[in-house]
Amino acid sequence: MRSVIRIVALAAALAAALPAAGKDSLKVGALLAITGPASFLGAPEARTLALLAEEMNAKGGIGGRRLELVVKDTGGSPEKAVSLARQLIEEEEVFAIIGPTTSGETLAVKPIAEEGRTLLISLAAAEVIVNPVTPHVFKTAPKDRDAVELIFERMRKVGITRIGLLSSNTGFGKAGKEQAEKLAPSYGIELALSEVYDKAATDLTAEVTKLKAARVQAILNWSTEPAQAIVLKNARQMGMTVPIFQSHGFANVQYVAAAGAAAEGVIFPGSRLLVVDSLPASHPQKGVLEAYKKAYEARYREEVSAFGGHAWDALMILARAVEVGGADRDRVRSAVEGLTGFVGTSGVFRFSPADHNGLGRDAFELLTVRQGRFVPLGP
Amino acid sequence: MTLELFLQYLLAGLTYGSIYAVVAIGFNIVYSASGVINFAQGEFVMLGGMIAGSMARLLPLPLAVAVAVAATAAVGALVELVFVRWLVRPTVLRLVVITIGVAILLREAALSIWGEGVRSLPYFTGDELSAFSLWGVRVSPQVLWVLGTTVATVALLRLFFGHTMLGWEMRACANNRDSAALCGIPTRRLLTLSFALAAAIGALAGCVVSPIAYTSYSVGGSLAVKGFTVAILGGLGNSSGALAAGLVLGVLESLSVSLWPTAYKDVVALTVLLGILSFRPSGLFGSREASRLGEAG
Amino acid sequence: MRAGPRVRVAVLAAAVVALQLALSGAGKGFYLTQLTMAAYDTLAALGLSLLMGYGGQISLGQAGFFAIGGYTSARLTTLDLGPPSGSGLARALAALHLASFRPDFAGGELLSVAPLAALAAALLLGAAVAVAIGVPVLRLRGHSLAMATLAFGVIVSSVVVGTEALGAADGLHGVPPLALGPFLRVGGGPSHRVENYYLAWGLVVVTASLLENLVHSRAGRALRALHGSEDAAGAMGIDAAALKRKTFVLAAVLATAAGAFTAHLDGGIGPAEVSAMRSVRYVALVAVGGMGNLWGTLAASAVLCFLSLRGTFGVHDDAVFGGILVLSMLFAPEGILHADLGALAARLRGREAG
Repeated sequence: MRSVIRIVALAAALAAALPAAGKDSLKVGALLAITGPASFLGAPEARTLALLAEEMNAKGGIGGRRLELVVKDTGGSPEKAVSLARQLIEEEEVFAIIGPTTSGETLAVKPIAEEGRTLLISLAAAEVIVNPVTPHVFKTAPKDRDAVELIFERMRKVGITRIGLLSSNTGFGKAGKEQAEKLAPSYGIELALSEVYDKAATDLTAEVTKLKAARVQAILNWSTEPAQAIVLKNARQMGMTVPIFQSHGFANVQYVAAAGAAAEGVIFPGSRLLVVDSLPASHPQKGVLEAYKKAYEARYREEVSAFGGHAWDALMILARAVEVGGADRDRVRSAVEGLTGFVGTSGVFRFSPADHNGLGRDAFELLTVRQGRFVPLGP
Repeated sequence: MTLELFLQYLLAGLTYGSIYAVVAIGFNIVYSASGVINFAQGEFVMLGGMIAGSMARLLPLPLAVAVAVAATAAVGALVELVFVRWLVRPTVLRLVVITIGVAILLREAALSIWGEGVRSLPYFTGDELSAFSLWGVRVSPQVLWVLGTTVATVALLRLFFGHTMLGWEMRACANNRDSAALCGIPTRRLLTLSFALAAAIGALAGCVVSPIAYTSYSVGGSLAVKGFTVAILGGLGNSSGALAAGLVLGVLESLSVSLWPTAYKDVVALTVLLGILSFRPSGLFGSREASRLGEAG
Repeated sequence: MRAGPRVRVAVLAAAVVALQLALSGAGKGFYLTQLTMAAYDTLAALGLSLLMGYGGQISLGQAGFFAIGGYTSARLTTLDLGPPSGSGLARALAALHLASFRPDFAGGELLSVAPLAALAAALLLGAAVAVAIGVPVLRLRGHSLAMATLAFGVIVSSVVVGTEALGAADGLHGVPPLALGPFLRVGGGPSHRVENYYLAWGLVVVTASLLENLVHSRAGRALRALHGSEDAAGAMGIDAAALKRKTFVLAAVLATAAGAFTAHLDGGIGPAEVSAMRSVRYVALVAVGGMGNLWGTLAASAVLCFLSLRGTFGVHDDAVFGGILVLSMLFAPEGILHADLGALAARLRGREAG
């Protein structure tokens, strides 16, 4: 049972089991949308952090100090994120903050982190989080732009020139929509339609009918929400046989299960976490991915999703930076900027003072669905 | 727009519409028996789908659905027993507030039990891809299940309220609780029964819709709003009105998608609700008397 | 104002000051942040308390007005009007002193509508919308009114999430602080904590005293008569409809103000903050504080919002408010301060007649 109560209990037990914060412990805050509309992202992230923190402490903590993780549920609300961020920084005096989960919350918290000179490693997707670059804010989620480019390249390769875009009314959907609309012309692709659907929709036949009416050659469906599975079902039921491309927000096998046979053949840029078994042993990420997958699935008895992976990367990056920079905030911050070649679940990170995301195109691999499983697409 | 496209939109609308209609029927049953609008009705739909989803791994599908319906009916009865019956001076305001609170508690309980994940029941017949042609338009068999269930429910309820002793007693309760009690009708038990019945119907709706949509802990809220819209539109207490109103609203929503940005699809239903309440609160098919019934007590 | 209420207002003001001095003195000034945010929610709750307690009406749509306030303020103060000599609009606004500069992330300065002007616009818009929808909606009662107001609230939140110009799903950011004078400002980060706090709670004190005045005035008595029986009140010459509308507009304006100020305090606003759940929370605060009981509502709001913003309820935040709704209706329908525990115990022992 992967109930939310367990996360809280785990986090609380973690906090309670540790001795009171002394010089020996490193307090790290986490702002996650564990409940609320972004819980598909936040809950796996929280579970991942709890798991990783436990593992780290079992091995002696970070840089020799016990890790004390202070997890706060923002419910996906920027107002709450602001309040909790201030609390973490001013009251708990955390060393760094992991999160928030969504772009809206991150943008709200960004000035607070900067004013408080606290390292913030966000798990959200929007480009504007790290563009313009500000000293203390980083993100571990890959760039939407890269995902879109990968998709458009594929489309161009197979001769698709007219597509319909459906995106969910969330920050993730909006970010993808912007990138797609911006980049389509340079790939010779015409966006015949660009529509937004409600993340809580129960049936999207009408929206898909609109796509059919527009005679598109392919559908691009951009969402992290379960409703994306409904688009697949409705499209196939309606007899639309055109290729369907999804975003990296499809990276949860639950969505494949929800779409059933309709998910067959869907193409999307995904994290290699989803196809770790088919990676060659020499692949740099294989070890990290297998370790995370095994630990997560053993503990929580559910499949890993890429979203939790962002949290894994964030905490691991922080740990690595602390090993380099010690207890000094500025040195740790610089250490993050200096991390190149860090192997994470989302890819190999190459940070720099100008790039606070560190991920490029190689964070993704084009995947598809065959018989209910994720497999690499191949050429 | 070609005929084929129009038919496709129409059918999409009929699909949504029948989902909303079934939720509305649940509202109507409780309203008919007690004058109470149970804001937690949407959560019963959610519970049906969730429980069936869990049971479907252990039991054959029909049995899983039956268990879900029975369990949710029990929850419905419990809700009435614990939260409604105990109210001192149950004014409309208090009933509204408490049923909203119950809806929230049920949703949070579902989150604690099942987590944030989504699940779907397997299709009753066929699967995600199966469809047959109706006037050039492809329809999933599950849609027919949804429509069929709604129609059957309406018909059975008509029979029940119109031709059975129990149904008459429930209607007497709705009309005038004290007189009914004076006649020896066990009003309190009937109220509990009405909640259980509404919950059962809601659960059945949740199960039958689950394959084409999906169920998760948070689906109750927006379904309740749409369901209520349809219940009002059709005239509170009028189940055949609800069916017609549901289909009308569904088709309206669906056609609105073809006209302006889909981002505003929900605004259509809500504006309809606001409009109807403002200018014709008895709904399209209801009587003024029926709507005033709700104001009593 | 009679002695009783005057004393209460004075006590509140004194408590506000004492709390700040104590917290800042003890080095716990960070609590002021959440107290300030709670103050704005209290404004909205007070308005709703008046509406529900005296007007006898339920509104599940206060978040809609919160949205109107927050988004109007945020949108106007984050517009990029270009240079003051540029477009006609920029020139006009600059001439009327309605435009001001705000810093942007890149270190430059942008011309937008002045925060005070934006605030005025927001309040006017909120009032106008309240008047407009009040006419048809206030003819309704009971659950129909509840649903109509809910529909209004959800329409507003659906519109803001679906509109690109309002930030769609991400909302609006970079909202500059609002300064009402040299020592009173909203927003500006932790260094302005104390100013923010006093402005916020100052507003609450002023509002509480105004509402107390209202309640004990002729209009207030008319309102109470209305709540008791609308027909009787009508027979006495009270214009029920007009009174209900005015109360509704007052509550709406308070919620609009809460939204506008919160947007400045947080530096932004998003759709997650104007959902139906927010409206429900306000109802919960009023329910537990006692409908019409201004001081009960104030206390309940201050405490519960403070705790919620601090994350005290963890992942069960919504459940707590749902539980409050249920428990207060069951056990303390007149508010927690008037909970009649004796009667409750009696009921537990012997069932009430069906």
